[in-house]
Amino acid sequence: MMSFTLQRVMKAFVVILGVVILNFFLIKMAPGDPAVILAGEAGSGDPQFVERLRAEFGLDQPVLVQLWNYVSGVLRGDLGFSYRNQVPVLDLILDRLPATLLLTGAAFVFSLVTGILFGVLAARNRGNVLDSIITTLALIFYATPLFWIALMAVLLFSLNLGWVPPFDMETIGAGYTGWRRALDIAHHMILPVVTLGLFYTAIYTRLTRASMLEVMGLDFVKTARAKGVPKRRIIRRHVLRNAILPVFTFASMQAGQLVGGAILTETVFAWPGIGRLMFDALMQRDYPVLLGVFLVTAIVVVAINFIADLLYRFVDPRIAIA
Amino acid sequence: MTTDQRHMSEPPLLSVRNLSIRLPEGFDREYAIEDITYDLDPGEILCVVGESGSGKSMTANAIMGLLPELLKPVRGSIEYRGRDLLTLPEEEKRELRGRDIAMVFQEPLSALNPLMTVGEQIDEVLLVHGETDSGVRLKRVLELLDFVGLPEPATIRNSYPFRLSGGQRQRVVIAMALALEPSILIADEPTTALDVTTQAQILDLIKRIQRIKGMGVIFVTHDFGVVADIADRVIVMEKGLVVEQGTAEQVLNQPRHPYTQRLIAAVPHGAAAGGSGAAVHEQAPLLELRDLNKTYRTGGGLFSKPRVVPAVQHVSLTLHRGQTLGVVGESGSGKSTLGRIIIKLLQSDSGQILYHGQDIAPLSQAAFRPMRKRIQMIFQDPFASLNPRHTVGRILTDGPVANGVARPEARQRAEELLALVGLDASAYGRYPHEFSGGQRQRIGIARALMLDPDLLIADESVSALDVSVQEQVLRLLKEIQERLQLGMIFITHDLRVAAQICDDIIVMRRGEVVESGPAARIFDAPQHEYTQRLIAAIPGKDWNPRQVIESLQEEPSDVAHASPASRTLRWGTADPAA
Repeated sequence: MMSFTLQRVMKAFVVILGVVILNFFLIKMAPGDPAVILAGEAGSGDPQFVERLRAEFGLDQPVLVQLWNYVSGVLRGDLGFSYRNQVPVLDLILDRLPATLLLTGAAFVFSLVTGILFGVLAARNRGNVLDSIITTLALIFYATPLFWIALMAVLLFSLNLGWVPPFDMETIGAGYTGWRRALDIAHHMILPVVTLGLFYTAIYTRLTRASMLEVMGLDFVKTARAKGVPKRRIIRRHVLRNAILPVFTFASMQAGQLVGGAILTETVFAWPGIGRLMFDALMQRDYPVLLGVFLVTAIVVVAINFIADLLYRFVDPRIAIA
Repeated sequence: MTTDQRHMSEPPLLSVRNLSIRLPEGFDREYAIEDITYDLDPGEILCVVGESGSGKSMTANAIMGLLPELLKPVRGSIEYRGRDLLTLPEEEKRELRGRDIAMVFQEPLSALNPLMTVGEQIDEVLLVHGETDSGVRLKRVLELLDFVGLPEPATIRNSYPFRLSGGQRQRVVIAMALALEPSILIADEPTTALDVTTQAQILDLIKRIQRIKGMGVIFVTHDFGVVADIADRVIVMEKGLVVEQGTAEQVLNQPRHPYTQRLIAAVPHGAAAGGSGAAVHEQAPLLELRDLNKTYRTGGGLFSKPRVVPAVQHVSLTLHRGQTLGVVGESGSGKSTLGRIIIKLLQSDSGQILYHGQDIAPLSQAAFRPMRKRIQMIFQDPFASLNPRHTVGRILTDGPVANGVARPEARQRAEELLALVGLDASAYGRYPHEFSGGQRQRIGIARALMLDPDLLIADESVSALDVSVQEQVLRLLKEIQERLQLGMIFITHDLRVAAQICDDIIVMRRGEVVESGPAARIFDAPQHEYTQRLIAAIPGKDWNPRQVIESLQEEPSDVAHASPASRTLRWGTADPAA
């Protein structure tokens, strides 16, 4: 177990280092000089001013030296300095990360719970009206683009019905604290969470349903019936536990997008998270911020994969530690 | 004790009366089983014998209430202790399942939930039938594991099924079935998926517990050898009908119905086919293996060690034209790996494969390709080895066309071969799913012959077939082999089949050849302890089907030519002296 963990940590480290280097070159290849853009926005096309900006950000040095500076900085925990906001990238990201994790985490739990629930319901009522309704809805939400659902949800539930606030994370200027504030945030979360989660709910529903139906036909379910196990217990202990394995695999993929997967939703709902930070950074050629977001995203993906692999060993005892 | 006396003294434990189960529309017959009537007494083993599609498992499933939803009993009753199981409410049936009537299934590999420890699975039987004290349950689980002969119950209780071998898993399933001491045990082909030595152990176990607990056992099987070993009474089924029933002695030794006689005649008997002609051996060998080795390595990467399994170790053999060489072994013996290496589907690690004197082992796939058509394989599974989207014609002609034969010529050859393997020329334009398993295997044989091979490798080519079909395919292989004078390597787990068709046999265990020699010698006077064990484990040793058939041929009975109308013989009307 220990040697397995150690192996994986070493592999993860190599992967992340590769990602850092690759990202760096990707950004270097992108057209547009941040110094020119900054100078332009400052209202000055003066070549001397641009040169000074370049020197200030280290952009005048050879690419390999810049790479070395960046990588060694990252290894020390220094992700660089935002050109635009004039604060360390790490601070910016840490500031935004909780909002994103709150949103994506809630969406993750929401889609898992509802998806499995609907999947089980559909499988148990195979061929019935309930099954048809669930599978049809799942198909609709699977096929409809996320942003369209987001916009329609805002139109209907916020503007027309006025049930939930259309954007932002909390009521600005209300100055709530404690439980009052938590409730306010929760209220603001409903729309973005559901919008972000619905697609995955649809996937989990379909996956759970198909997988349950498959497992129901397996021999050990017949064994369980021959043992005299009641139907509810068969579904819970024998069918669902086995059917959950492919859902688990997919869930670990969704979990990998915890940081990077909410750009669209955050933009539509004006959610102050990483996604919007990245979007803004991209528009403003704020490359250190962009690189920082990429790095954090990569770390989260690798970490989630690692955790999923570890968890797999608990979910499925057949996967032995090699 | 005759039936009538028995009926007067005590009622049967279970009595099936005129049971008919209708099939959904679109099947080849109206009823899955029709008018089935039999009794099961306490303390007897009743064998239900038949080929696939005979409906032999159907009554077993009906008794358990485990029929697929599409199949509904339309007539008859299944009476157990005064209650008709067919009309019982589901909850009461559930209560009976596992407590009064328990079942053991065919596939031990899939009959256990892979995500629960074996202890939990046995425990569950007790739990769902109302044993709430976990201490009592634990004690019983350990008792049961010990009773079915599993080592170290305390440890094995916490194992997941995948850690156990097929035989051990079947023991767990049996332990589960015995948990509440049911009065009826239904075993549906419980040893079919097991190696022959494991099968012998499981049969012994079932016999032993049946005696100790005095249960009535319904044992569904296709294997007359197994019947000969354990049955008290036998029911023979064909196409949903009971064609014969009687005591084991009667049915096995004086079979009355032509179908039973045919089945018994088809049982592989292990009598050797006659040694290989010495003249053949004087030619240069067709194939010679010298010290062949293959080791499987799985897993392993940048930072981890691979798992190593030696599959073939120091195997040497010689094969001449016109000779059939049997490679016999249990699962995991490396016999299939050997076949795959010869045909170069797998690369050997070391050793020589001399084909017509040329070592083909080091050849690249490209260099080997011209020779490929001369070495062909017949696969095990007639269902999976033919592409379902291709017509039989396409399946047959693909090989020759790829090797540069013109299509009309290939077609002509295909039609010739279809005739040779006993299929109609119209098969050419049809798809594999339109054929039965035996017919598909014939197509597989024709496909292998399309390229005029001189070396055929048959990997368990008859294992998936019913005995009567198996016998026909074996005969076909023998005929082809004699006519075309091929060299054939016949890979099988069944020593009886090997002895019947092969000139010589090598016996493999864990990748090594433990014994080799002429088939008759191996079968009648095995030298190696392992071969002896294999032969001792063959079911039905004390019963000689050939003798039965010979004696029938000497005195043809009128029943053997019974008209279809009298096919349904009733228990009780059979006179042992007939």
